[in-house]
Amino acid sequence: MNRSTLPKGWDGFAHDWAADQKVFKGMSWGKAMMWIFLLSDTFIFSCLLISLLTGRASTAVSWPDASVVFGLEVFGVSVPLLLIAIMTFVLISSSGTMAIAVKYGYEKNRKLCTIFLLLTALCGAAFVSMQAFEWTKLIVHEGVSPWGNPFGAEQFGAFFFMITGFHGTHVTIGVIFLLIMARKVWRGDFDSGRRGYFTTMKSDYLAIEIMGLYWHFVDLVWVFIFAFFYLW
Amino acid sequence: MPEGDGYDYKIEAKAYTASSSGASVSPAESPDQELYHSKSWWTTYVFSQDAKYIGIQYFCAATAIAVLGLVLSVLMRVQLAYPGLNVLDPSTYYQAITMHGMIMVIFFLTALFLGGFGNFLIPLMCGARDMVFPYVNMMSFWIFLLSLLVLVASYLVPGGPTGAGWTLYPPQVITAGTPGNLWGLVLMLVSIVLFVVGFTMGGLNYVITVLQARTRGMTLMRMPLSVWGIFVATIIALLAFPALLVGGLMLLLDTVLGTSFYMPAIIATSNFGNEVSTEGGSPLLFQHLFWFFGHPEVYIVALPAFGIVSDLISVHARRNIFGYRMMVWAIIAIAALSFIVWAHHMYIAGFTPWFGFFFASTTLMIAIPTGIKMYNWLLTLWRGNIRFTVPMLFALAFFITFLNGGLTGMFMGNVGTDIALSDTYFVVAHFHFTIGIAPVLVVFGAVYHWFPLATGRMLDEGLGKIHFWITFVGAYMIYFPMHYQGLQGVPRRYFEMYNSSQASSSGLNEFITIVTIVVALSQLIFFYNIINSARAGKKAKKNPWDANSLEWQTPEMPPKHGNWGRTLPVVYRWPYDFNVPGASKDYIPQNVSPSQVRGAKAERT
Repeated sequence: MNRSTLPKGWDGFAHDWAADQKVFKGMSWGKAMMWIFLLSDTFIFSCLLISLLTGRASTAVSWPDASVVFGLEVFGVSVPLLLIAIMTFVLISSSGTMAIAVKYGYEKNRKLCTIFLLLTALCGAAFVSMQAFEWTKLIVHEGVSPWGNPFGAEQFGAFFFMITGFHGTHVTIGVIFLLIMARKVWRGDFDSGRRGYFTTMKSDYLAIEIMGLYWHFVDLVWVFIFAFFYLW
Repeated sequence: MPEGDGYDYKIEAKAYTASSSGASVSPAESPDQELYHSKSWWTTYVFSQDAKYIGIQYFCAATAIAVLGLVLSVLMRVQLAYPGLNVLDPSTYYQAITMHGMIMVIFFLTALFLGGFGNFLIPLMCGARDMVFPYVNMMSFWIFLLSLLVLVASYLVPGGPTGAGWTLYPPQVITAGTPGNLWGLVLMLVSIVLFVVGFTMGGLNYVITVLQARTRGMTLMRMPLSVWGIFVATIIALLAFPALLVGGLMLLLDTVLGTSFYMPAIIATSNFGNEVSTEGGSPLLFQHLFWFFGHPEVYIVALPAFGIVSDLISVHARRNIFGYRMMVWAIIAIAALSFIVWAHHMYIAGFTPWFGFFFASTTLMIAIPTGIKMYNWLLTLWRGNIRFTVPMLFALAFFITFLNGGLTGMFMGNVGTDIALSDTYFVVAHFHFTIGIAPVLVVFGAVYHWFPLATGRMLDEGLGKIHFWITFVGAYMIYFPMHYQGLQGVPRRYFEMYNSSQASSSGLNEFITIVTIVVALSQLIFFYNIINSARAGKKAKKNPWDANSLEWQTPEMPPKHGNWGRTLPVVYRWPYDFNVPGASKDYIPQNVSPSQVRGAKAERT
C-alpha cells in the first residue's frame, strides 16, 4: 500500500494499523525507533519538570527570583537572563543548521552536509560551554550549590543542577554523535556502503535525519526547561 | 549456531501472486533483513546477537538472581517461624526483605518476561529473522547483567544492601539507623538506573520488531496473544521506567550530594560521614514517582503472563481463544488504566479523601477488562478438548491463583478496607498471589511449553507433574493462611512475632515456613528436569503440541540463525484455528494457505 492509494484521514490511519508487515508505512526501523525512544525520553523530562513544580510548591522557604539569580552584568549594567537568552538563541539556531544538513544529506551533497553538521555540533558545543560558564559562575561566585544557596529555597539549586545537567548531558551526547556523523558523511560511508565499526551494518543518509530528530527534541526540551525554570 | 549454514539470507521473499493459492497477500514492503553472522565461539554463544540466544541468556541470568531471591525468602520465613534460631537479625531481615522484593519484581520477572520470552518469542512469532537491531539487543543483555552484578555487590560493601523495603521510601531510606543507608542504597540505585538503560535498549527492539518487522500477512490482529502481552507490557515499561529513573536519580543525589528533594526539615542526615541538614523536601514526591512506575510495573509483569497463558490455554484445550479482539482490547485497556491508578498504593499517606475516591474508582475499573479476560479464558476452556499436559496444568493453576488475587484486590482497591488492611499480611498475600505466584506459574507453564523449541527435547512429563503439584498446592498453603493472619492484624515487615498474642497466628507461621522450605526444595526437581532433559531428554518431534503459531513452523527445530531458512513465511490466518469444521487435522498453522485446506470453514482468519 503506497501513499497514493491510501485512504485519507482516519480511514488511512486505521488501514495502516490493520495492515500486515508495518504499522508506519514507508518508515525505516531506525526512524521508528528514534520516535519511540523520544517518547520515552519525553516521559523522563516530564517527570523532571513535574517534580520541579511539586518540589517548588512544597518548599518551606520562598523560591529564588530567577531574573536576579541569572542576571549578568555587562559593562556595569545588570541585564536579566542575558546569558540564557544567548544560549537559547544558539541552541534554537542549531536546529536550523541541522535541518539544512538533513536536506543536503538527502541530496547526497557530502561537502555541505558535513559543513552544516559541524556547524550544528559547534552550536551545541557553544551551548554546553556557556552552560559550564553559568554553572561556574553560580557555584564559585554566587555560592549556589545543590544543597543550598543565598537566594532562598535550597531545592532551587538541586533542581537547577539536576535538570540542566541532565539536558546538558543530552546535548553533549548529541554533539559527539554529530561529530561521528560528520566524519562518516565526509568519508562517504553512506555512499560506499562502509560498515559500522560496532554494528557491522551498512547505513545511509537516513541516519542524518534520525540524528536530526534527536537534536530537534533536545532543543524542544530546552524551550520547556527555559520556560519552567528561567521565566517562571 | 554453526557458521555457514548454507542459506543465503539476502534472497528477497518472492512476491506472492494471488493466482497460486486464491488468497491475496501483499508483497514484501522492505528487503530481507541483513543479519550479523558470527565468526567465533565467543560471538556465537557469549556475545551473541541472535535474539533467541539473548533470550536464553536473559532467562538464565534472571533465574539465577531469582534463586537468590528465593533463598532470602526462605531465610525470612525461618526467622518468622523460629525467631529463637536467630538466623537473621533485624538489619539482615530488612535487607533480605528489600532485596527479595526488588529482585523478584524487577530483576527476575520483568527481565524474564520481556528480556527472556520477549527476545525468544517475538521474532519467531512475528515471522522475523531477528530483532531489528541485534547489536543494541546484545548490549541490552550485558547492561542488564552489569546491573545484576552491581546489585549483588551491595552485599559486599560496608553496611550491606539497603534495608528500607523495596519501595525505598525516603526519608527513612537515607536516615541513619536504616541498614545500608549509604553504600547499599547507592549501589541499589545505580543498579536500577543500569537496568532501566539496558531495558530501554531491549524494549525499543521489541516494540519496533512488532510494529515494523512482521512478515507478510501478519497483521496486528493475527499476532498470538503472547506477543500482544509482551508488546503492550514493553510500551508500558518504556513509559513507566522514566518515573523510576527520575525518582531514583533524585534519591541518589539526596544520598550522595546531600540535596533535599525528599528530605523534610525535621531530618538531619549523615552523608558519608558529614552531617547534613535538610529542609523543605517532599517525601510524598518520591511516593508519587515510585508508584507512577510501581503500578504499571504490576502490569509489565502481568500482561505478558496474560498473553502467554491465553496461548497455553488455547493450544492445550484445542479450542480457538474466545473473543480474541476483546482479549487484545482488554490488554490495551488495562495498560491505559494502569497509568491512572498509582495512588491506591498511598491511601495511608494522608491526602484528601477525594483523591482516594478518584483512585479507588479507576482501580476498580481495571476489574472490567480483567474480568473480560477471565471469562474469555473460561469460555475458551468450555467444551474444549482439554489435554492435561504440564503447561495446561500450570495455566489452570494461574487462572485460579490470579482470580484469587484479583478478588482480594477488591479489598485493597477500596480506601475504607485498604486503610484497615494496610501493612498487614493480607497485603502480602494479595500481591504474592497476583504478581508473585500467578506469573511464576505462567513462567513454568511457558518453560514446559517452549522448552522443545529451544532445545529440541521434551521436558520430563512425570517430573513436571510432581513439580507442578508441589508448587501449586504449596503456594496455596503458603499464601492462603496469610489472608487470615492479615485479617487478624499481623503486621508485615516485622522480623519477629514470637510472643504474639495471636497464638493461632504463630502456629500458622511455623506451618507456612515448613511448606515454604518444601516448595523451595521442590524447585530442584525443576532445575534437574531442565538440565537432564536438555542433555538426554526425549527428542521432540516438530511442533510437538500441534500448535498454529509461527514459532513452531520453522524449517529446523530448534530454529537456526535467521529462523526461516531461505524464504520468510507468509501468514494467512490467525493463530487459533483449532478444530475447524471440515479440516483434516484439528489445527491449521498460520502459514497454511486457504487452498491447502479447501473445504475447511475457518471461523475467523
